[in-house]
Amino acid sequence: MQIVQIAAIGIIATIVIMVLKSQKPELAVQISIVTGVVIFMLIAAKLSAVIDLLESFAARAEIKPVFFTTILKITGIAYIAEFAGEVCRDAGENSIASKIELAGKVTIVILAVPIITSLLDLVIRIMP
Amino acid sequence: MGVDLIFKIAAIGILVAVLNQLLIRSGREEQAMMTTLAGLIVVLLIVVQQIATLFETVKAIFHLD
Repeated sequence: MQIVQIAAIGIIATIVIMVLKSQKPELAVQISIVTGVVIFMLIAAKLSAVIDLLESFAARAEIKPVFFTTILKITGIAYIAEFAGEVCRDAGENSIASKIELAGKVTIVILAVPIITSLLDLVIRIMP
Repeated sequence: MGVDLIFKIAAIGILVAVLNQLLIRSGREEQAMMTTLAGLIVVLLIVVQQIATLFETVKAIFHLD
């Protein structure tokens, strides 16, 4: 049962951080980063299997591959921006966190331009 | 990789905290600060490698190039 393992890692890391925070807050932040990385690495293989499944469904439904790749890219960028933002927010740097999230949003909008354009093309084609 | 990494960093943190206290009690503030800095840098090196692996994995999974 991997979920038990992940829950145990999270709880143990939280306890260790509570012990260390009063003495060395800077190392506590690093433990929380490493915990995030470790948990992601544990589910990475399964996540990759899920994405392969979704890709095969998209291929079967004859969705253009560029759309599906764009959605995957947007998910990845959102995850990275969220991860870095949460680390900053945990360390009490709310302003840096919101800037990272703003950068992520801008990147996502840039990536989504082809999708928005094709949607607009579709709307224009439907309306005479 | 895994939970032992968390314990490794926690051990470094506790060790550095204890050394820090000892050095401050014996009146060597500069060396205490150096110990803190060294511990921080060692942990930072580990964490940076882990973050690099995380980002590489995310890139590989989500086809980000």
